[in-house]
Amino acid sequence: MMPASVQPRDTAAAMEALSVSGVSHAFGDRKALDGVSLTVPHGTFVVLLGLNGAGKSTLFSLITRLYDNVSGEIRILGHDVRRRPTAALQRLGVVFQSRTLDTDLTLIQNLQYHAALHGLSGRDAQQRCRAALERVGLTDRADAKVRALSGGQARRVEIARSLLQRPSLLLLDEPTVGLDIGSRESVMNIVRSLVAKEGMGVLWATHLIDEIAPTDQIVLLHKGRILYTGGVPGFIGAAGADSVRNAFRKLTGTSASAESDVE
Amino acid sequence: MSRSTTSTVAAPAVSAADVGPTSDHMRLAGYWACFRGIVWREVLRFLHQRERFLSALVRPLVWLFIFAAGFRQVLGVSIIPPYQSYVLYETFVTPGLVGMILLFNAMQSSLSMVYDRETGAMRTLLVSPFPRSFLLTSKIIGGVAVAMLQAYVFLAVAYYWEIEPGAPPIPLPFGFAIPHPFAGYITVAPALFLSGLMLGALALFMSSVIRQLENFAGVMNFVIFPMFFASSALYPLWRIKESSPLLYEICRLNPFTYVVELIRFGYHGQVDWVSLAVVLGCTVLFLGAAIYAYNPSKGLIGRRGGPGAGA
Repeated sequence: MMPASVQPRDTAAAMEALSVSGVSHAFGDRKALDGVSLTVPHGTFVVLLGLNGAGKSTLFSLITRLYDNVSGEIRILGHDVRRRPTAALQRLGVVFQSRTLDTDLTLIQNLQYHAALHGLSGRDAQQRCRAALERVGLTDRADAKVRALSGGQARRVEIARSLLQRPSLLLLDEPTVGLDIGSRESVMNIVRSLVAKEGMGVLWATHLIDEIAPTDQIVLLHKGRILYTGGVPGFIGAAGADSVRNAFRKLTGTSASAESDVE
Repeated sequence: MSRSTTSTVAAPAVSAADVGPTSDHMRLAGYWACFRGIVWREVLRFLHQRERFLSALVRPLVWLFIFAAGFRQVLGVSIIPPYQSYVLYETFVTPGLVGMILLFNAMQSSLSMVYDRETGAMRTLLVSPFPRSFLLTSKIIGGVAVAMLQAYVFLAVAYYWEIEPGAPPIPLPFGFAIPHPFAGYITVAPALFLSGLMLGALALFMSSVIRQLENFAGVMNFVIFPMFFASSALYPLWRIKESSPLLYEICRLNPFTYVVELIRFGYHGQVDWVSLAVVLGCTVLFLGAAIYAYNPSKGLIGRRGGPGAGA
């Protein structure tokens, strides 16, 4: 229903949940992003792969309009983030890298606050909050304080929160950092099912290679530049390597020791 | 030229489709829900932090019970407006201490905003589709609600210390009236709200300039203490003029002086028009600066890198 009613001028851009083209950004002399272009089609899980400092967070800041892109163009469902922020941000769900829940408040209070930030209230907001908690399997903890949750559970609440406005595009900035294996898996499964069942476009930023599934799209960002975009087989092929891990090492020119630093 | 014509023609169709299925909650009711949600969160968070509530209350009470009791003998306060008779020092200093509550609270929320920005809660707020100026103003008003809550609890304790507002009764229809001591609590409310707004806007602007959390000590030393002491909060301005003409001029340039006077007059059921004008003017100025600083295209955060810019 939502994509059908959107009538942007550019039909090609409407096919994408997110399209970024020719975006550069600098802080003073330091160039954080240099001519970055990528697309996230509907129903696609796109991994934004890059080491720390590659420019992932800067890109996320621009997409969420913390500050404006000075060059290039960012469109969410065809809506230019800079020119029509309201329309663009309405369709965007975000899970930030840092923890952003109020630890003294209960799960449901946290979700209600976020629903209000999107102009939702009353029964509609209540229902959405309950449904979102059910989606991430935390219904029974609705009235618990966030403080009492494990890291993985808190992450799931943040995912539930980002779904309240029923987004078409979900951004996750290193969502599994600091989680144990079980929590990582459950977070990944929730997000992957959103892609498969709801046709959501997902941009998943990470530096962990083992989070990549064979069917994912990869965008490799290194020192502010895009080095590769495409599927997993192509990624391995482009590097002439035998595995994703080795392809990543080859393309970014990092040794094994540099990578373990990152871990 | 032709481009602008096209967009004008296309505009209604595009915006109708554009707002589409989510339009109903983005209208006025949506703004109201958003505003209410932000204020509600601030109050809820405050109520859950008992230590913050206690320290916010204890600080001015210590001043009232100890400092004022000691000063009472040293400092006589002559008849100056709005007072119509000699008043005890406790009575004089109470509006100043209410101003202190507002000041501390605003700076504390500035601290929480620097902190929020680091943990990402500020980003959660700013990613809301509502206009950023609206979001920031709502956030300040949430802080004002918390500050007013504290101010009234303080005034209630002061009431049992026999410090009463001097406002005349407020007449109501059908011969009823809000009687003498209570009328002042109502007439002081607009002064509290406006003062809170001004200090909150100043703090919000500062939060965009300060980068580190540790800098709150600096805020204490360079903002809170000078603002509080170089004002009419603790001593009447004519007293200061007698001892130091320079300090007197500084006090007159300090917007906090006008905050205190606005509250003092409001507490006594009067309006000090000069203070009202200064506080209103400063509110507009600070709010404008804060919104500018947080503006995504013009503001400071884009240039400075903002939160988490390192990665």
